[in-house]
Amino acid sequence: MNRRRLTASVLAASLALGGLAACGGGGDSAEPAVNEDGSTDVTMWVFAEVHADFYDAMAASWNEANPDRKINLEMIVYPYEEMHNKLQVAVNAGEGLPDVVDIEVNKFANFVLGSNPPLLDLTSAAEPYRADIVEARLDLYSKDDKIYGYPTHVGAFVAFYNEELLSAQGIDYKTIVTWDDFRAAGQKYNQATGKAFGLAETGVTFVEPLITAQFGGEWIADDGETIDVDNAETLEALTLLQNMQTDGAISTIAGGSPDAEEAYGMINNGDYAAIVYPAWYTSRYVDYMPDLAGKVAIAPAPVTANAAVETIGGGGTGTAVTRTSPVADFAAEWLAYAKLSPEANVAVWEELGFDPVNMSVWEDEAVTHNPDNKYNQYFTTNLFDVLNGVKDGIGHWQSFSSPNWPPVDNLFRTVTLNELFEEKKPAQDVITQAQADLQNELGQ
Amino acid sequence: MRKLLYNQKLAPYLFVLPFLLTVAVFWLFPLVRSFIMSTQEIIYGQAEFLGFANYERLWRDRVFWKALWNSLRYMLLTLVLLVPIPMILASVINSKVGSERIKGFFKASMFVPALTSVVVAGIVFRLMFSETSSGMMNQIIEFFGFGPVRWLREDLTGLFALLVIALWRWTGVNTMYFLAGLQAIPQDYYEAASIDGASKIKQFFHITVPNLKPTIVYVVTISVYGGLAMFLESFMLYAGNMSPNNQGLTIVGYLYRKGIQENDLGFASAVGVVLLVIVLAINITQLVATGTFKKERTR
Repeated sequence: MNRRRLTASVLAASLALGGLAACGGGGDSAEPAVNEDGSTDVTMWVFAEVHADFYDAMAASWNEANPDRKINLEMIVYPYEEMHNKLQVAVNAGEGLPDVVDIEVNKFANFVLGSNPPLLDLTSAAEPYRADIVEARLDLYSKDDKIYGYPTHVGAFVAFYNEELLSAQGIDYKTIVTWDDFRAAGQKYNQATGKAFGLAETGVTFVEPLITAQFGGEWIADDGETIDVDNAETLEALTLLQNMQTDGAISTIAGGSPDAEEAYGMINNGDYAAIVYPAWYTSRYVDYMPDLAGKVAIAPAPVTANAAVETIGGGGTGTAVTRTSPVADFAAEWLAYAKLSPEANVAVWEELGFDPVNMSVWEDEAVTHNPDNKYNQYFTTNLFDVLNGVKDGIGHWQSFSSPNWPPVDNLFRTVTLNELFEEKKPAQDVITQAQADLQNELGQ
Repeated sequence: MRKLLYNQKLAPYLFVLPFLLTVAVFWLFPLVRSFIMSTQEIIYGQAEFLGFANYERLWRDRVFWKALWNSLRYMLLTLVLLVPIPMILASVINSKVGSERIKGFFKASMFVPALTSVVVAGIVFRLMFSETSSGMMNQIIEFFGFGPVRWLREDLTGLFALLVIALWRWTGVNTMYFLAGLQAIPQDYYEAASIDGASKIKQFFHITVPNLKPTIVYVVTISVYGGLAMFLESFMLYAGNMSPNNQGLTIVGYLYRKGIQENDLGFASAVGVVLLVIVLAINITQLVATGTFKKERTR
């Protein structure tokens, strides 16, 4: 029975019962909606057009491999905020949900609250691929040892240097290893040119977690819930950043982050020379900063002395299957293929320019060093050479996967980082205040 | 049936019934529901009773007070701008000064902003108030010899931008209200006053303003409500609900952040209930003070 006919019969039944049955809706049947030709309809919500293209490609490749169990993927692209809000309303109402959905990492915790989240446990579907996947990225979308979402990329922090601008000042980016080197290079560059070197981001919480993690700290305690932003490692990290700002090594940017419309133009213009950001930023260079082609080098992110981890993953999208979907099991199987399989991960790099979560791809020279690849053509160094160099030092920062991360991130992006970089308040005061605000907000 | 329809006692109730139903369905029910929800913690439709814990958290939340302050000062400043300016413009349009054709064009063009989408306008204003030196507002002030201003990053300049949007958008509408009020004032009053030798300015303060009182009360009432409920303008101007230091966060923006963005519908309901209490307190006080509730004759 196809879905339309099912709905029609339910409708007829509900009419016969005087409308009483209508409250139940059409989604009660556990029978998957398989069409006459053996294909299955799956609806999916995403918040980025490029992701939609990627999933369409993965649906086509699944259909080639499984001609008797085709997927009929119906993709709906909403703007970022709108999609998450719609999903939020749908999970609260318990109806109107898609079968599969892309959820951004900072929103993910909102959908796995409580003991009975509206998302399907995807642990078993991941099993065939699990050995090759960066475990830390699965942890990001897991709760109580159950995987609720599949990652898209590692998002390891790397550094992007504008080689042309740096060498004009006699700075070799290869000599920048620690944050002290970064600071010295930035100071030299800034004094010689009067222009900004690195970024003090007020609109995105990325570099602060990276440096805190390198010092061995977290913002949320081991229990995964207790707020702990007022600690020695955080203080050390924020003080380091503030000192770099005082020295001119980092400066604030219009839009608050390098991933903003205003910022693309300024970076393309050469107003900023060094950006420490997750590896997926490659796509922004290629798409929005055409003038810098052939001038930007990718290098490992700077580290602290005796760093606990070299780098961590930042940002991300977890793709989930809704628990009440009539095609949940089929969707989960397809999703595992579309996001975790080696084929999928090659496409993640080639189509999206992201660092894929399936490590077997990282070692496949034919893929990573493909001279026809637009990302390889754009940058002067190869992303995978850099990533393979830090492969064993990629840490998982627990705080990112805490259910309390969204309020922490909100507070830092609106208040804390502004107080730090715009108002230049002492770092200790800033984190004491943040700790108090968050404890009140979360009732701790 | 006929008897029922022609029943004189029943007829008035029948006529107000649509209104009562609308109030009950769209106002009373949501209101009661919001209040119930404000005492609960709601996760995916499962509610758990909390008592007044949400209100307690609200009381101690720095961001809530900031949002409340932002909304209040915005509301007060829009009152300061959006009552006198449209009143003066309406008087000019209503007077015999200038050509009718130009005034007609002016009237129509003043009204256009109210018809445009706030979403589109907000984006345009955001680009105008860009902090880069190529932004339109920065080019204007640079012409007068001032350096580039980081409009949407500083508290007061951000507020200024919001007030510019409010002024741009609502001046025309308020002018229309005042114009309607002005045209209802009989010309005889002005004739009598000018025969007695009253100047134009005296006429304005002693005839126009007192006779406009019902219009002023109405405009103030909707401006109080509109000012406190403002959300979309700020949301568009700051490209989302996350302004630096929450300088653009309004009380409705805070409600939206808590309820929709952070999935805390119970807490957001508490914010909504508090907003309702504040708006009602201000509006009822103001309406009582201006004598709106008194009967026509005793006024």
